[in-house]
Amino acid sequence: MIERTPILNILTHLILISGLVIILIPIWLAFVAATQTLQAVNSAPVEFWPGDQLWVNLREAWALSDFGPKFINTLIVATGVVVGKITLACITAFAIVFFNFRGRMVIFWMIFITLMLPLEVRIVPTYAVAANALSPFQTILDATGLSGLIATLSGVEVRLEWNLLNSYTGLILPLVATATGTFLYRQFFLTIPDDLVEAARMDGAGPLRFLWDVLIPLSRTNIAALATIMFVYAWNQYLWPLLIITDRANYGMVVVQLSDLVPDQLTTGGGTPTWHLAMAATLVVMLPPIAVVILMQRWFVRGLINTDK
Amino acid sequence: MRRAHFKTSWIVAALLAPQLLVIFVFFYWPSAQALYWAFTLEQPWGGGNTWVGFENFRNVLSDPYYWSSVRVSVIFALATTALAMGMALTLALFVDRQLAGYRAFRVALIWPYAVAAPAVGLAFQFVFNPGAGIFSYINTISPGLWDPSRYPAQAVLAIIIAGAWKQVAYSFVFFLAALQSIPRSLTEAAAMDGARPLRRMLDLQLPLLTPTIFFLIVINITDSFTDSFGIVDTLTGGGPFRATDLMVYKIYSDGFRGFDYSGAAAQSIILMLLVIALTFVQFRYVERRVHYS
Repeated sequence: MIERTPILNILTHLILISGLVIILIPIWLAFVAATQTLQAVNSAPVEFWPGDQLWVNLREAWALSDFGPKFINTLIVATGVVVGKITLACITAFAIVFFNFRGRMVIFWMIFITLMLPLEVRIVPTYAVAANALSPFQTILDATGLSGLIATLSGVEVRLEWNLLNSYTGLILPLVATATGTFLYRQFFLTIPDDLVEAARMDGAGPLRFLWDVLIPLSRTNIAALATIMFVYAWNQYLWPLLIITDRANYGMVVVQLSDLVPDQLTTGGGTPTWHLAMAATLVVMLPPIAVVILMQRWFVRGLINTDK
Repeated sequence: MRRAHFKTSWIVAALLAPQLLVIFVFFYWPSAQALYWAFTLEQPWGGGNTWVGFENFRNVLSDPYYWSSVRVSVIFALATTALAMGMALTLALFVDRQLAGYRAFRVALIWPYAVAAPAVGLAFQFVFNPGAGIFSYINTISPGLWDPSRYPAQAVLAIIIAGAWKQVAYSFVFFLAALQSIPRSLTEAAAMDGARPLRRMLDLQLPLLTPTIFFLIVINITDSFTDSFGIVDTLTGGGPFRATDLMVYKIYSDGFRGFDYSGAAAQSIILMLLVIALTFVQFRYVERRVHYS
C-alpha cells in the first residue's frame, strides 16, 4: 500500500523517538552514574555523558556485593525453576490430554485456580510451610489420629520434618508449579491430530515413548517460549529469596543483593551516598535477563502472548 | 475431546503427582492456613489458636492505616495502568505504521519487561534523588522543593512513574501483536474509501483493539496489586509516613516485622478476594474472546 504522508511520517518518528527517550532516560542516567566517581555522582549538575570510571565501579560493586557466588546461585535456581516448570507443565498436560480418566477436568481446574493465588498474596503462610515442607502431612496425620495409631502400634512417633529455609530446594520448589505453562502445553497437545496418536499406538509405542519421541521434539518452540519467560521470572525473584535465605553468603541471589545497596542512613551511616556503586550493581543485575529477552525476542513475544502471562 | 487415548494406568498418577503435590503443599495448604489464621488468634502464652470469628477483619477494617494503604494501592493501580497503557498504545499504533527502523524501536521498547522490580526501584531512586538525580534541578529553583523521602505526594508520584515504566513493555507487546493481527485487507479497504492513517487509527484500529484493552486493564491492575513489592521496597520502603505502604507491602511488614500473623492473614484474604474477583472478570472476557474468534 502506497500512501504519501510526509507530515505524519515526521510526526510518527517524533512520537517514537520521544517514547524511546522516556523509556531509556532512567537507564541511561543509571549508566552514567555508574561511570562516575563518588564526588562527581553527588555534585549538583547532573551529568548526562558517561565518565571513565565504569570498569573501576563495576569491579568494586562486584566485590562489594560478592556477585561471583551469587551469580552461580542465581543461575542454579533459574535453571532449576525453568527445567522444573517445563517438565511439570509438560507431563501434567500430557496426562490430562492423552488419557481418559475421571476427574481430568477437576485436576486441570485445580491447577488453573492457582493463578489466582500469587506468592505475594499468600506469603506469610507459604513461609511457614517452607520452614517445614512436610507440616501439612504431619497436621493431617495428627488431625486424623493416624500418627497416634502408628505410635501405639509400632512405638515410633511420627515426626515429619523437612526444612527448606536456606536451601536451593526452598528457592526452586515453591516456584515450579505452573498454571500458565500447563495451560500452554494443553493448548498445544490439543492440536496434535488423533491419527498421530493412533499411528503411534499401532506401532506399539507406549505413552511414555510417544511423549519422549514424538511430542517433546514437536514442542520445541513451546519449550523455547516458556523457557525465556520463566528464566526472566526466576532471575527476577525478590520477595521469596529475601525471606527464606538468611544465609546469604552461601545461597544469596543477585537481585536480593540490591536491597543492601539502597543508599540510606543504614548503609552509609550518614556519609555520602555511594550511588555510583549502587547503579553499577543495578546494571550488572539487570543485564542477563535483558540479554535473554533480546536474543530470544521471537520466542519471548510468542510465549508471552500465548500464555496470557 | 479426543477420540484416541492411551490406556489409563499407574502412569497417569505418576505424571500428575509431582505438580499436584507442589500445589497442595505450596498453594492450597498456605491458602487454607491463611484462612485459619484470619479467623483465629494466637494465644500470647502458647496453647494454640482460639477462634475469634471476624474479629481480625474488624480490627483490620477499623485501622485507619489499612484504609490509607488501600487508598494508595488503588491510586497506584489506576495511575500506573492508565499511564503505562496510554503510552504503550500510542507507541504501538505508531510502530505499527512500519516506517523505516520500526524493528529497532520494537526491540528497544520490549526489553524493559526483563528488568527486575527492585532494580527499577533502585534506578528510579537515583533518578528521583533530591541531591544527585535529575530532579535535583527542581531544587535549584528553591532548595527543598523536591524530596520524595520527605513529601508523601512526591513519593507516591515516584512509585507511580517507576511502576508505569515497568509495565509499558508488557502492554506494548500485546497491543502490537493485536494490531498486526488486523487483516491487511481491512486496512486497505479503509484506505480505498479515503480514510487517512490517523482516521484509520481512531475508527478502525482502536475499536478492533477493545478486547485487548480490556484484557490489559485487568492484568495491569492485578499486577500492580501483587507485583509492586520490589519497587516499593527499594524506592521508598513504604515511607515517608507510610504514604507508599501498598497493600502487599503492608502484609509483608505486618507479618514479618510486626509478627501479627492473624492481621496479616486477614489482609491476605482480602487481597486474595480482590485478585480472585479480577481474575473472574478476566475469565469471562477470555470466554467471550474464544466465542467470537
